[in-house]
Amino acid sequence: MTTIPAQVPHDDGVLPRPISRKATGADAVFEYTFRMIGASVLVITGGVGLFLAWQAFPTLRHYGWSFFTTQQWSPESDVVGIAAVLVGTIEVAAVAMFFAFPLALLTALYITEYAPLRVRPALVSMVDLMAAVPSIIWGLWGFFLVMPHAAALAHWLQQHFGWIPFFSVDADANAAVWDASRYVASAFCAGIAVAGMVLPMACAVMRQVFSQAPPGEREAALALGATRWGVVTSVVLPFGRGGIIGGSMLGLGRALGETIAVLLIVSPEFVIKPRVLEVGTNTISALIAGRFGDATDIQLSALLAAGFVLFLITLVVNTLAAIIVNRSRSGIGTET
Amino acid sequence: MTTVTEAKGRTVLPSYDDDAPPQVPRSAIRRASASDRFDRYGALLGALALTWLLCEKVLPLQGWAWFLVVWFVASIAMTVVVTLLSGTRNDVKDRVASLVVTGGAVVVMAALLSTMVFVLARGWHALLHLNFFTEDMAGVGPRDSYAKGGILHAIVGSIIEIALALLVTIPLGIGTAVFMCEVGGRFATVVRTVVEAMTALPSIVAGLFIYTVFIVTFNLPPSGLAASMAIGVMMLPIIARAADVVLRVVPGGLREAGLALGSSRWRVVRHVILPTARPGLATAVILGVARGVGETSPVLLTSGASSFLVTNPTHGVMNSLPLYIFTSVRSGEPDLIARAFAASTVLLGFVLILFITARLIARPRRTRRTRTRPGPESTVRGPGRLPFRSRPSEDPR
Repeated sequence: MTTIPAQVPHDDGVLPRPISRKATGADAVFEYTFRMIGASVLVITGGVGLFLAWQAFPTLRHYGWSFFTTQQWSPESDVVGIAAVLVGTIEVAAVAMFFAFPLALLTALYITEYAPLRVRPALVSMVDLMAAVPSIIWGLWGFFLVMPHAAALAHWLQQHFGWIPFFSVDADANAAVWDASRYVASAFCAGIAVAGMVLPMACAVMRQVFSQAPPGEREAALALGATRWGVVTSVVLPFGRGGIIGGSMLGLGRALGETIAVLLIVSPEFVIKPRVLEVGTNTISALIAGRFGDATDIQLSALLAAGFVLFLITLVVNTLAAIIVNRSRSGIGTET
Repeated sequence: MTTVTEAKGRTVLPSYDDDAPPQVPRSAIRRASASDRFDRYGALLGALALTWLLCEKVLPLQGWAWFLVVWFVASIAMTVVVTLLSGTRNDVKDRVASLVVTGGAVVVMAALLSTMVFVLARGWHALLHLNFFTEDMAGVGPRDSYAKGGILHAIVGSIIEIALALLVTIPLGIGTAVFMCEVGGRFATVVRTVVEAMTALPSIVAGLFIYTVFIVTFNLPPSGLAASMAIGVMMLPIIARAADVVLRVVPGGLREAGLALGSSRWRVVRHVILPTARPGLATAVILGVARGVGETSPVLLTSGASSFLVTNPTHGVMNSLPLYIFTSVRSGEPDLIARAFAASTVLLGFVLILFITARLIARPRRTRRTRTRPGPESTVRGPGRLPFRSRPSEDPR
């Protein structure tokens, strides 16, 4: 049988247990330990950023604001500036995105919309694997396999579209034997190799966002008689707009900081030039890799300042990308 | 065939048209019909013939690259013409779009395959000699045959540097992720912001940082330790952030169940959170390793390049695979370049193995078929799986 518990007489001496979020005992140890780990990582990573920022001061004091407007980098006469390499960095990244953006978009669309269901996982793995291929291998690919063809393409572009300033080259376009050495080692060639590297990153983000397009809207479009392309333009692309922009900006951030593929391919030259097809250019990261060895103390801090400028640019691009991807309707977090 | 007569305000029964041809049932809904397939592949084939005519006989465009470009353009034109014969403008757009999208994907896959095939094709010659894996390059001249010398020093150096970097980054990275997810608070937000910002750090700048601090300021010689520190500085934010993403998706119910059973927070992390997130964490770490082992720029500045086997990371210069590839290619000697391609094949194989391991670990464990609804109808196989997948919280186990 059931019994009713006896009423406990109210005792004024016993207070209710205080409710607090403060950890006690083992929980407090846990919390402090992990707080310490977090703090140490903050010190390490934040320290790198602060150190770079701090290095910019002696540079500015020594070289003044001409550091940002000087084109040449001649350590022997102590005239250094990053105007030319900054433009070169942007040129290489622009060429890379010119190739990578449409191809990444098409590949992502193919994987989510067009590929047969059975091969889809394999294609996803291949794109992810492509993202894991080391940059030095993209450099070898660009230097040995692509560069001769890229030079031929550059020559053809100059012959037919040479009146556009981007496509002009300081060489005779209609010479009987064209001078291939004027068309290799350019920002164009480096950009192609970098495109191979950043394409899979952009593609992975786009694919992830596309695959989350709401199936209800997809089916609604199909039921209203849309073709496959109609579904893509009316449902998938509007839904994935944030992913498209964010993914390509993530790729752009990587393209700006790429070193080895560029260092292998370009022949260094410190002039601002809009002629991307012509031999010779330089980027900030390739400048650091090429010049760190013979730098004096003040030039080393100038290199660090250049690195800091590069870091700021990639930071802004990456942050914008993260904001755009998170704000979009799909709201998917980005990896890497 | 049904005919709808114009009659406003009242319903009419459909009447059958006796003259209409008998209805033919569609063979399959998902597959394209025979005439569709004929249009699609016929256009490609016709374009191929046209391209051959244009490239070989008419236009002065030589080479396979032009052939492919002209074929692509001709296919689009041919598809437009063929589709317009039977379809509408929307059909034309659909066909052309699918052709362009497929073409783009083919280009990307060709780029990936050409990378791998090209590296292997240029490097296989040196790989055939076993000594390539068991000897170092000490005393080997640039013109010596492949029977002398190898890349043992680079492989060992890469492994030592990565292992040292992981020794620091795995506890710190995963610990930080646990801090950000499990402890929380205002300070954790600061840490998360800084860590996310530092993932944008270009690898060359990480290398330059270590070079300036340890080699120039403290006047230490370049060594494997410095290289592993540079790799570590680069990898730490990447691993911490990836682990954070993984830990954040652990269902809160698991955590609360553990706490409600009276276990301490550390025990919840140790026995509930980390085991749940283990496949994801392993993937994050392995992909971080794949990234770290292939980065050339940090080691280029910090480790120096030895040509002999060095196993002590604190003393003396040390080589690694990417650095060996870079210096050999830069030397310009044809034999050394071939060796560089062979080393690239090894590096690529290494990355491939890591990648496949990550995939195998991350694969969702095969779940046993569970009954979603009690009762005899749940023995039906087909529909029983979908509700279970879409609502994992109702899993009876």
